[in-house]
Amino acid sequence: MLEIKNLQVRVEQKPILQGLDLTVNAGEVHAIMGPNGSGKSTLAQVLAGRDNFEVTGGSVSYLGQDLLALAPEVRAREGIFLGFQYPVEIPGVSNVYLLKAALNNIRKHHGLPELDAFEFMNLIKQKMKLMEMNQELLYRSVNQGFSGGEKKRNEVLQMAVLEPKLALLDETDSGLDIDALQIVARGINALRSPERAIVMVTHYQRLLDYVVPDFVHVLSKGRIIKSGGKELALELEQRGYGWLEPNPVAAPARAGANGAAA
Amino acid sequence: MKNPEAVERMLADHALIGASLPGAGLPWLAREREEALARFATSGFPTTHDEDWKYTSVAPILRQALVAGASVGDADAAAGLIAALQLEPQAGHWLVFVDGHHAPQLSSLKPLPAGVVLGSLARALEQEPTQLAPHLSALTGQTVFGDLNTAFMADGAYLYLPDGAEVEESVHLLFLTTQSGVALHSRNLLIAGAGARATVIEHHAGVAGAVYLHNVLTQIALAENAAIGHYKLQQESAQAFHVAGIHASQQQGSRFESHSISLGARLARNDIATVFQAEGCDATLNGLYLAADGQHVDHHTLVDHAAPAGSSREYYRGVLDGAARAVFNGKVIVRPGAQKTNAQQSNHNLLLSCDAEIDTKPQLEIYADDVQCTHGATVGQIDEQQRFYLRSRGIDDAVAQALLVHAFAHDVVERIGVPSLRQRLEQILLARLPQAGHLGEAA
Repeated sequence: MLEIKNLQVRVEQKPILQGLDLTVNAGEVHAIMGPNGSGKSTLAQVLAGRDNFEVTGGSVSYLGQDLLALAPEVRAREGIFLGFQYPVEIPGVSNVYLLKAALNNIRKHHGLPELDAFEFMNLIKQKMKLMEMNQELLYRSVNQGFSGGEKKRNEVLQMAVLEPKLALLDETDSGLDIDALQIVARGINALRSPERAIVMVTHYQRLLDYVVPDFVHVLSKGRIIKSGGKELALELEQRGYGWLEPNPVAAPARAGANGAAA
Repeated sequence: MKNPEAVERMLADHALIGASLPGAGLPWLAREREEALARFATSGFPTTHDEDWKYTSVAPILRQALVAGASVGDADAAAGLIAALQLEPQAGHWLVFVDGHHAPQLSSLKPLPAGVVLGSLARALEQEPTQLAPHLSALTGQTVFGDLNTAFMADGAYLYLPDGAEVEESVHLLFLTTQSGVALHSRNLLIAGAGARATVIEHHAGVAGAVYLHNVLTQIALAENAAIGHYKLQQESAQAFHVAGIHASQQQGSRFESHSISLGARLARNDIATVFQAEGCDATLNGLYLAADGQHVDHHTLVDHAAPAGSSREYYRGVLDGAARAVFNGKVIVRPGAQKTNAQQSNHNLLLSCDAEIDTKPQLEIYADDVQCTHGATVGQIDEQQRFYLRSRGIDDAVAQALLVHAFAHDVVERIGVPSLRQRLEQILLARLPQAGHLGEAA
């Protein structure tokens, strides 16, 4: 489904991704972990089409297409969804409008008729129930005045409604209490299917207790330096990232639950 | 004297038509007109060296060969246009003016409470001039265009509300200009007695492509505890010049609301001022200007806290595209002794092109110490994060931008208290956007 080869990306002349390779097949769930500044969020945003990055090399193929040649809205219609690390507040644009416009744009792209108001509301109600969200939030401006947890749940709600083929979740677990984490995890797990793939960018093991990945990758200095199964996340939780770093200069061994956040 | 040729033209015009203007037989009015004309002859037109006109040049108006006054237009021909402009023809009281003249056959008034007078100002000058005299003479803050208005005013609306009168349905004043090459001077006089209430919608429109000047002046007198809502919708022809003054004078405990929506005209200038003459007055000044291409729109507002315990809030937003230029000058004066004053002001601008320009300036003059005054002005562009967020959900770039502009403007629109006007504005905003049909539920 997604094949990233030797991807190199700069931001303001500073290299962030330096030859990243990753292959994601339908049905798989991948977790990308790594220390701050390793390029995790950049990867997610580049794949979604954020244009303040400069791709200087490599290629990304998505369902056989050159992904990097597509506009962000076309990527979305082709089935890519980015759950934002920091969901954006948009005063004056209601949640319900955004959901409806997004869904109908995607349907139109695939030659499907737009949902009528009744069908649409039925779908939304069902998904909001899954996310344990108050329907009143539909008529509020997008993310405006939402708590951190509500914003993240709203991202997963959008994902649940849009049913992407490839979901990129950028630290969707950060800032969530344990109850909200379980709800978010439920939303993500509900999307798991043989036709879909999920890539989760995360700092912490704890989301992976609820959404168990098939593969775990460690990103460091813009490259994937280690890949493994779900056990790798547990090992990282124990040992931190230092033992994997190419130049373990300032990488003291860590113990304890927060080690992975180094 | 500045722009002497243009001034000469105006004086010559006045010599021609002065005697035929309404109220010509009233000595007090003749004197007012003469004095105003004399002041104008001395001052001439403002230039960009005048502080109040620093960013707005009237030269484009003066380059036109505009003739003062217009013949009575073909009201029947205008009927179709009027129908399209009417917000809700069945509701409210309608006073229609075509080319500066009251058009009774296009107007329709519903029954009004006892003592309420609503009609043409020219007619009121014939019928009850003594009631008008103190108000028309009391125009404060004389300006060049105000003087020209006094000298040339031909007609306009007259609303008189006796003490305690409440007019339920909105009063619509619709000014349609159909002729090119004319300079029209309209005067509206709204007088609210103690505790009286009314909502007035002043709507200006022109036939597409018509080149004209509409110089309109609206005086509003609010007695104790009166409440007047004034909504102005400016949709002049894209080639027109619109110069407007709205001057309110407030007595104790009165409430004044002004909403200025500026969409049309090649050049639009609005001077909106209110004076708190006594304690406990309240004023809201809101505005929205949308300008594109080479449009120029200027709002000069003034809230004069001349008495204690007054509150005012001011909220203006503008969206500029192409080579549009806008000016916002928000002046707040807190006079000595006007303690317990609360004054807020904000002006936010969205610039969609590199060629657009805004000059925004809060101007606070505070001579009392127990006051709360805040002001803020911002100039920004489309937020790239918001834009990317929308696109990442499958929304076209053009629609994402339009949606963000719509949301920005909507913040003013939703403050409009007249549902029919709010809906009309929604339609106007939506019609300016791509894929308008999709945006119906944006709010």
